[in-house]
Amino acid sequence: MSEFFAMGGYAWYVWGSYGVTFFCLFAEIFLLLKRSREAKE
Amino acid sequence: MRWFWYASPQTFFPLAGTIARWSGIAAAVLALVGLYIGFFVAPTDAQQGEAYRIIFIHVPAAWMSMFIYVVMAFWAGLGLALNTRLSGMMASALAPTGALFTFIALWTGALWGRPTWGTYWVWGDARLMSELILLFLYFGFMALHAAIEDPRRADRAAGLLALVGVVNVPIIYWSVKWWNTLHQGASVSLTAAPKMAATMLTGMLVMALAFWMYSIAAAMLRVRCIIRERGA
Repeated sequence: MSEFFAMGGYAWYVWGSYGVTFFCLFAEIFLLLKRSREAKE
Repeated sequence: MRWFWYASPQTFFPLAGTIARWSGIAAAVLALVGLYIGFFVAPTDAQQGEAYRIIFIHVPAAWMSMFIYVVMAFWAGLGLALNTRLSGMMASALAPTGALFTFIALWTGALWGRPTWGTYWVWGDARLMSELILLFLYFGFMALHAAIEDPRRADRAAGLLALVGVVNVPIIYWSVKWWNTLHQGASVSLTAAPKMAATMLTGMLVMALAFWMYSIAAAMLRVRCIIRERGA
């Protein structure tokens, strides 16, 4: 398991990429749902 | 399909909601499958080790950044030609998602470049520069649109910018061929056999489909906000 997270020594590069990507995508959807609720009012 | 029926924002509104829901579900399922293939099925790369696993998001994000721009320019052009209200709204709905994928392509490219090329960024690489220009084109579109108060005039002005900027997309695509700078050539192209293992290619294509579905969902959610905000 820890071997998996170590990514052969490339942990920062791999998880830095995936982390930022999925954070951005979830943030966009969250903000859109919020904007949608506000627009309804 | 009654296309012109759906050209009206009011009638398109509920349809956009249905499309957003189903493409959102499809995006989640495809992303889970793509991540599973990318991390557990695809083998370690002989040259790049585990660092290559970044390409499962880098390449699809870069494709989406260009593709969304073309679709945005298409809607902008349609709006300028036919003066339909929904076209400008669609262009505005796509811009932030396109900018997001451009940023993701640049960010993941930097994190892939560091272990592979030995540097996060090179000024003067044709691929990197043209992709950065794409980001600025998206920002320019959004800034110009936001700066003009009347939404329909904003649609036209920003639409013109989107159309002019579309010349940058083929430049990005062929930059690795035209200028032999640091970024390598295409591993996957429409005209040649892919230069990678079949499982790697499958993982990348599934992630590309996931990003595609995600983009549709995000654009549909945003166009609904825009329709409501403009009181159409």
